[in-house]
Amino acid sequence: MRFSDEFEGRFSEMLSHYPTKRSVLVPTLLYAQDEVGYLSDEVIAELATRLDLTELEVRNVISYYSMLTTKARGKYNVQVCTNISCMLRGAEEIFEHCKKRLGVGPHGTTPDNLFSLEEVECIGACSWAPAVQVNYDFHENLTVDKMDQLFDECKKEGTQLRNL
Amino acid sequence: MHLVSHPDEVKVVSKRFGKGATDLDRYLALDGYKAVQKALGMQPDGIINEVKNSGLRGRGGAGFNTGLKWSFVPKQSAKPKYILCNGDESEPGTCKDRLIFEHDPHAVIEGVVIAGLAVGSHTGYIYIRGEYRYLSNLMQKAIKDAYARGLLGKNIFGSGYDFDVYWHGGAGAYEVGEESALMESLEGKRGIPRIRPPFPAVVGLWGGPTVINNAETLASVPHIILGGAEWYSNLGTPKNGGTRLFCLSGHLNRPGVYELPMGYNLKKMIYEVGGGIPNRKKLKAVVPGGSSTPVLTADEIDAPMDFDSLMKAGSMLGSGGVVVLDETTCIVKFALRTMKFYRHESCGWCIPCREGTDWLEKTLIRLHAGGGLKKDIDNILYLSENMLGRTFCPLGDAAAMPTIAFVKKFRKEFEDHLEARPCAFEAAGSVERLPVMA
Amino acid sequence: MADVNITVDGKKVTAPAGTLLIEACKSVGIEVPSFCYYPNLSLQGACRMCLVKVEKMPKLQTACTTVISEGMIAITNNDEVRQARKSMVELLLGNHPLDCPVCDAGGECELQDMTFSYGAAESKFMEAKNHKDEQQWSPVVYFDRPRCILCYRCVRVCGEAMDVWALGVQNRGVVSVIAPNKEDHLECEECGMCIDICPVGALTSGAYRYKTRPWEMNHVGTICTHCGDGCKTTLGVRRSDSGMQIVRGDNRDKSGINGDFLCIKGRYAFDFADDPQRVTTPLIRRDGQLAPSTWEEAFELIGKRFAEIRDKEGGRAIGVVGSNRTTNEENYLLSKFARVVLKTNSIDHRRTADFPAFAAAMVGKPHAAATMRDVFNAPAILVIGNNPTEQHPLLAWQIRNNVRLHRARLYVINSRPIKLRRQATSFTEIPQGTEGQAAAFLGGDDSAAEALGSGSREMWVGLRDKLRGEGKLIIIFDSAIRGKDISALVKFGSAVSGAKFVCLGDYSNSRGAADMGLYPDFLPGYRPIADASTFKDEWGDMPTAPGLNVSQMAEAAAAGTLKGFYVVGSNPVGGLGLDPFAFSNTFVVVQDMFLTETAQMADVVLPSANAYEKAGTFTNTCGDIQLVKKAGEVSDVKSDFEMIVRIADATGFEVRKLVPFGGRGTSADMGQSRGAQSGEADRHVVWLEAHGLEPKMSPFDPMAILDEIQRLVPGYDVSRMNLLAGNDQHTTTVGTGQGGVQDAKLIAPANDNLFTSGTLGRYSRALNSVIENRNPEPAEEVAAD
Repeated sequence: MRFSDEFEGRFSEMLSHYPTKRSVLVPTLLYAQDEVGYLSDEVIAELATRLDLTELEVRNVISYYSMLTTKARGKYNVQVCTNISCMLRGAEEIFEHCKKRLGVGPHGTTPDNLFSLEEVECIGACSWAPAVQVNYDFHENLTVDKMDQLFDECKKEGTQLRNL
Repeated sequence: MHLVSHPDEVKVVSKRFGKGATDLDRYLALDGYKAVQKALGMQPDGIINEVKNSGLRGRGGAGFNTGLKWSFVPKQSAKPKYILCNGDESEPGTCKDRLIFEHDPHAVIEGVVIAGLAVGSHTGYIYIRGEYRYLSNLMQKAIKDAYARGLLGKNIFGSGYDFDVYWHGGAGAYEVGEESALMESLEGKRGIPRIRPPFPAVVGLWGGPTVINNAETLASVPHIILGGAEWYSNLGTPKNGGTRLFCLSGHLNRPGVYELPMGYNLKKMIYEVGGGIPNRKKLKAVVPGGSSTPVLTADEIDAPMDFDSLMKAGSMLGSGGVVVLDETTCIVKFALRTMKFYRHESCGWCIPCREGTDWLEKTLIRLHAGGGLKKDIDNILYLSENMLGRTFCPLGDAAAMPTIAFVKKFRKEFEDHLEARPCAFEAAGSVERLPVMA
Repeated sequence: MADVNITVDGKKVTAPAGTLLIEACKSVGIEVPSFCYYPNLSLQGACRMCLVKVEKMPKLQTACTTVISEGMIAITNNDEVRQARKSMVELLLGNHPLDCPVCDAGGECELQDMTFSYGAAESKFMEAKNHKDEQQWSPVVYFDRPRCILCYRCVRVCGEAMDVWALGVQNRGVVSVIAPNKEDHLECEECGMCIDICPVGALTSGAYRYKTRPWEMNHVGTICTHCGDGCKTTLGVRRSDSGMQIVRGDNRDKSGINGDFLCIKGRYAFDFADDPQRVTTPLIRRDGQLAPSTWEEAFELIGKRFAEIRDKEGGRAIGVVGSNRTTNEENYLLSKFARVVLKTNSIDHRRTADFPAFAAAMVGKPHAAATMRDVFNAPAILVIGNNPTEQHPLLAWQIRNNVRLHRARLYVINSRPIKLRRQATSFTEIPQGTEGQAAAFLGGDDSAAEALGSGSREMWVGLRDKLRGEGKLIIIFDSAIRGKDISALVKFGSAVSGAKFVCLGDYSNSRGAADMGLYPDFLPGYRPIADASTFKDEWGDMPTAPGLNVSQMAEAAAAGTLKGFYVVGSNPVGGLGLDPFAFSNTFVVVQDMFLTETAQMADVVLPSANAYEKAGTFTNTCGDIQLVKKAGEVSDVKSDFEMIVRIADATGFEVRKLVPFGGRGTSADMGQSRGAQSGEADRHVVWLEAHGLEPKMSPFDPMAILDEIQRLVPGYDVSRMNLLAGNDQHTTTVGTGQGGVQDAKLIAPANDNLFTSGTLGRYSRALNSVIENRNPEPAEEVAAD
């Protein structure tokens, strides 16, 4: 299979950075996931072939890293940090609100495939807690109201994109 | 973004924060890459000694003298030597490397190059955790810019010395912050720590000698080279040179990342720098160096924040994450959330960590939910004490140490949970729910 | 390496530098417990059971990763260490299901033993255990996840030692799990090594699970009856309706030449023994149909007919075909029986290698035949032809692990990219069927290089020079190299200092069949018929002209000159393609377990016991002789040994001349007079047997023939004591050098793969289920032996 030109460019460049092929595996998996949405069987087979690994080895690695997934997620993956610093500043309230607002539990995806919800460990926003990452974007010093605004924006953007 | 300041701050690592130093020209105008040029004129041993004498100790948490670590790398090696910057910042309560990458990426690159010159390496990798995608992009651009100017690559600064720096990304794993697991991850494997010895300085990446330093450590190096060991050392306390970025979080009026001299008083840090506890609440406890460090009670905070003093106080300076808990915080719940983290992040390789974190979490869930028995409290201690010092890597200790401290210092709170549900804190209206298991 | 002195628990221990503390402790009888540590596999440090106190170290250290250093003082048994072990067991038991009463590993479980030793009787945990359902990964491998303690032994043995890499670890933390390579199932060599090495009952055998408890079985260590490598397999047997049933094969007894290794056949393919199609009563053809008869009737008929034919037509009118899977004693007896009783030299077997040519080439080099153990230790190995991974799994294991652990240099010359190329220092591809030319080229015939394909002459000369430079090379070849090519290869090898050789034959006792003289032109020990003096003294009169080989027998039958045909444990019709109609006017007697193509045309079929149901010795392809012990038993079948003797008796032959039973040993002291201590008599019998003094009071005692073999067959004078103790003994290959070159066309290799095994394979449910599972279409019929 073929990925985007950007992916292919980065992939071949990264291969030149290391003495062994498999060294590119972890970041490459994440980039592949960003393109395809998740690590499909096809992606796994393709990367295994490219890096001279067995599919088993690739799966072993995927299952170790918490950001990697073999299941499809919504367009916006809402990752709520509930670790200590965030917890002290109301992260659980945010998380509860997310569950209610989206109507899904942890690792759930809304029926319109717009949102997925995840409770995550420390994302490095402790001094600006509570914090949430939507895909790769940080949203910090959150309140329930700000969270609602965020959902509204995502929903608007997502619907617009869909209608294009 | 993210910037705060306080008059007590001594800005070394953070001196270019907010000054646009991600731009290479800006960085050069702010003394950028001068340290590398100076280091190119020094003997490798000279660089190592300078760093050793500066008293710089690993900012990742272990606090090992950086220069000494470099000196363990063999001079001659059949295999290539590597510099590996650990930017897998994941310790709960810690968000300082993120700021360095965000505001001063070239300082990290510069530190990597200087470390390379010191040990005779020609290749460096900067590993950034997967969640920090925007910083990876920033770092990739910074590296590209540096190459374009001839600051990296062949014949840097016309010195005849070649040095390559590459970026590398993670994909979500706290354990990968452990240095040997970091190497495994960089080699494209599961982040399982390696058996040591051999230590990375002798057998590291792809079997070559490897220096692994935290991003803040490496970002400090150029300043030491330019300012001199004595200047840097004098900023802190004896054996604890320089300054460090303290991440103040939790129940504070002015949380944020502040650069303060080593040995700065913790109480002052909380009440003056951090602005004290909101809503005139009383202080209950402080986790002084990230979630792995044993908690200090309100009575124990009049202590200088350096590696040795905190060790004496029965805790650790750790990664610089100061988490402040006010009187409304339920310690059992806090202990539970901490243990949930370690259970989630245990790599599962060794029995005591894999099984221990699971049982501790389960027991704490039940205890916190009001279903605890008296023997559970002793069991928690028993389990933690039997994990301590017996796991394959320090993650087991990191889970056990704070737990032991929570139980020993706040035993009464644990006992109170046996009697009542909801617990007193919940009854008092503090937000409290059972954590949802992922 | 220099020795290092350390102190363990006050004991002085001296061991070579580089020794691991756990091994140093073991060497003086101090057991340090461990789950993840396993000799010859990579170090893990994962289970933390082997934590010990090492002086000057603040924390307890894992003995499995600590290399000893001069003056080290270690304590393996103080309170701190014991508490550490106890807590590890407690932690493991937290999630481990306590289903020991139904667990296959119950009674032979390392976790049970550790719990017993370190006393974690009290349960500290109240929470529910994490449960997951059992999974079937292949017809022969099951995985019970909650029982797994994650010692990673299975992952390593599959990857590092087997080079299969079918198992991995997925997820992390407490949900870490061993995973098979095809998500929910395995695609592998089905060797079952993962099951044997599992310290608990997480990996279980499809053939054995939930069948019985270990302590309800007898455990018999015997030799596998499938390929020619001679692995020791431990058979678990249990009393059944019809005798003793084999319920399990494994490799818990590591004393065999196979060490840790056993392949699918040795582990699971014992099940042909209780196939319902097995013949369990003598059959005599009546009105064109094979019908049950009594043993007496059958023997009487056979004896009468064979004697008639011999007396009327001469011995030349009778042909005999022996087996690659009968014992040395049976083969020797058959060879003797043919010549002495039937007065015929027309005896043959399915030849799977040119052993006579090999023996002739080895004249004057009695120690140049490599043992199976040598293959694990040689610094360099050359393999020409063959695919050991499929055809000689133990040999492949030895080579692979020699390369891995001792960095041996492996040179492979093959027409296919066989799996062993992964271990090879050099892999040279040649056109199919040119192995002989490769041997000739190495032997100095430069013109042979032309046939060897695209490789340049310089490359071939370079390879030859490199091989010449290897000291102590082992050269391994199979039936693709025959006759003069073998002598060329041996000549080449002999120029290398200390070179040794392995000539690969295919079945479990192919080598023994050849050594015991199942040839029309050779007596036991490759002695030509013309030079029969040694045997004549013992055997008495026998014909002096060479007899017919198998295909000549078929021709003679078609021509009407072969009147009697006696087939013991072989299927020449199915395996060698003989025309069954050629034998329509021949009296055919077949001894077999099943109604093979050959048995179907027989006049009398005698149900025989297989190698798991009798005693004797086997010689593997390297010439290692080992004891075969009786494990299973099926009523109403007889060993081939007994049947040969009974037929001889029925012809009117004096049995004592065939089997020298009785005699000087009959009045031996059985040990009763030496006191009544338990076991005294047994030990005494062993002593007597080892010295050839046992009474041998039965004509069916193979040991009586073993005496004769040891006396008359060159190279078989091995230590009887060692043999009886279950050790492998190496026979020296002593040819007479006079044997003419055989008709090389008579050699028919088995071409079995990992999952086929001639007739035995056809009737093995385990092998068939694996073949079906891998290949939904019916597997191609494999030529049976």
